[in-house]
Amino acid sequence: MFLFLQGVLTGAVRSETSVLYATLGETLGERAGITNLGMEGCMLMGACLGFVTMAHTDNLALSMMAAALAGGLSSLIHAFLVVTRRANQLASGLALMFFGLGVTGFIGRPYVGMKIRGLNELPIPYLSEIPFVGPILFTHDVLTYLTYLLTPLLWVFLFYTRWGLAVRAVGENRTVAYASGLRPSLIQYLAVFFGGMLAGLGGAHLSIAYTHMWVEGMTAGRGFIAVALVIFSMWHPLRGMLGTLLFGGAIAFQLQLQARGSRISPYILDMTPYLLTLAVLLLWGRTRKHAMPEGLKAVFEGVD
Amino acid sequence: MRKRTKQTRMPLGVVGLIVVFLVSFGILLRGATAQEKKVPSKDEKLKVGFVYVGPRDDYGYNYAHDQGRLCMEKKLGWVETLHAENIPESADVERVMEQMIRQGAKLIFPTSYGYLDPAINVAKRHNDVIFMHAGGFKTAPNLGTYWAYIYNAMYLSGIAAGKLTKTNKLGFVAAHPIPQVLGNINALTLGARSVNPKVETHVVFTGGWYNPGKEAEAANSLVDLGVDVLTQHQDSPIAVVQTAEKRGVYAVGYHSKDLQKFAPKGWLTGASWNWCNLYADLAKEVKDGKWKGGHRRGGLETGYFELAPFGAAVPNDVRDMVMKKRKEILDGKYVVFQGPVKDNKGTLRVKAGEKPTFERIEQMDWFVEGVVGTVPK
Repeated sequence: MFLFLQGVLTGAVRSETSVLYATLGETLGERAGITNLGMEGCMLMGACLGFVTMAHTDNLALSMMAAALAGGLSSLIHAFLVVTRRANQLASGLALMFFGLGVTGFIGRPYVGMKIRGLNELPIPYLSEIPFVGPILFTHDVLTYLTYLLTPLLWVFLFYTRWGLAVRAVGENRTVAYASGLRPSLIQYLAVFFGGMLAGLGGAHLSIAYTHMWVEGMTAGRGFIAVALVIFSMWHPLRGMLGTLLFGGAIAFQLQLQARGSRISPYILDMTPYLLTLAVLLLWGRTRKHAMPEGLKAVFEGVD
Repeated sequence: MRKRTKQTRMPLGVVGLIVVFLVSFGILLRGATAQEKKVPSKDEKLKVGFVYVGPRDDYGYNYAHDQGRLCMEKKLGWVETLHAENIPESADVERVMEQMIRQGAKLIFPTSYGYLDPAINVAKRHNDVIFMHAGGFKTAPNLGTYWAYIYNAMYLSGIAAGKLTKTNKLGFVAAHPIPQVLGNINALTLGARSVNPKVETHVVFTGGWYNPGKEAEAANSLVDLGVDVLTQHQDSPIAVVQTAEKRGVYAVGYHSKDLQKFAPKGWLTGASWNWCNLYADLAKEVKDGKWKGGHRRGGLETGYFELAPFGAAVPNDVRDMVMKKRKEILDGKYVVFQGPVKDNKGTLRVKAGEKPTFERIEQMDWFVEGVVGTVPK
């Protein structure tokens, strides 16, 4: 039982790093009032270009930068359409997703089946030897450790800094933010850009660290799960981390059950994470109303 | 009267255009990768088309077919091939096959299981073109099927796995509980238990043929459980094999022997397709007008599949043991799944001394003794 729980939690942390990056990115964007359904596309961009850079340069830092930039720049398309051109956020986001899928499928074509050095697990000395907690938290790769820092950082940024206040103000009401001397468009562009960068890093974790391979469409819906998790977490980075762990835990749980020869069909077990999400949404449904940035509902038509 | 404020905004049409452009550009690029083609040159050459469900560099199922295609092309100077990859198992594949026929293809290999019905449809419209479907169970006057009993090589790999495991636990990352997959799981387990009766095989189904993230997580959870030999039946085995190498456990390959490069330390051996000779034979038959339809099946003796080369981790005595068994199978002295074989609930499935037919093995829906778990329904 003890080992089972440890296995589930380790699996949860290990497998959900990529989703967490995208969740953090989406939280930032939505706090500024922009929903980006194209997170999947940004993740694919990061996964693909990170892998391609790694294949050519064998340089981890450079690949991470390439992945983040790819995610950030592709999300700028969304920012342009939505912020400057006032396009429908949902349509533009979906377009970005298809765009990312197609472009990465094309660019990445020659890299399918290529072998790269990749990023391996790096257990932290001493810390990883702590019973129970050690293996769960400290036997992963650098990108996973980075989320331990990034998540609280984003939380502090959003809720305890002036810049964070500005982002949230724009997300609640562009007009008021504009009236108080902020530049809503610039802030939204930046929030979407950095959000896309985070998604790109998440994609790179999947291709460079987690599987060491690239294949078209390898994110398999993780970008959309991230969008759902943002709502689930009520636009809060710390709860977002909890949500990804819960989601990843549900997946790891079903795999661990199967490996132990459970009699329950894997096809039913596969639904656990989604059932869990639905249950939480039902239970916490009411509080959600107040947590949602107002700007996500409104269409701002004023001047900049 | 209230005045309505007029807002200056970008014409909706322009925004819409950009959105449509993004979507269609994306879809177009996907299409572009799916339709790499060669320009036909001489007319007397036999044109052969291949359709793949995934990328042909997956070091897996599609790679194996593509290697067969390339090898056949090299072997027979008078053959010219067309190929299309990443074609979904939908109406798309009919369109792709029609296109190949327009380009002059006289023999077509729809290589994915779900292509069977579309291929039968196209076959009805083109009597002069011959179709060979991989693994199907239906035929038409100009459509036959082919497959090979690759579980024999899985049995042999199981011997190496059973000898080398220290924890007596093997891990199998499987896609769906269909007979071909169950046959491989069972053969691996039988092979391992023939040399080490303590071995148990733990199975995880991912519910899909190609989801590297989930495959990696499945492999990781098996290793967490104490498994020290990993193998898989997925379209692309790369994720599982690389996870095995990362976690420092042994890997048994599937589909392609070239997978070895992804696990230089932990590679044991594996089951590898070799479609070259079959493709060449079929092309010859079609050219000479001697093609006869029906189901083509082959065992170890045909060379349609083979045991992959051993990795450095396999000691010589184990290699000899595996090769000895291989010879027994080739000589017909041993048949994989010959009785007595019990399932993991204790029911006798194959009676002592009985040698099950291929047809029976192709309908397998149970786990042999030693596999942990039940077959999902």
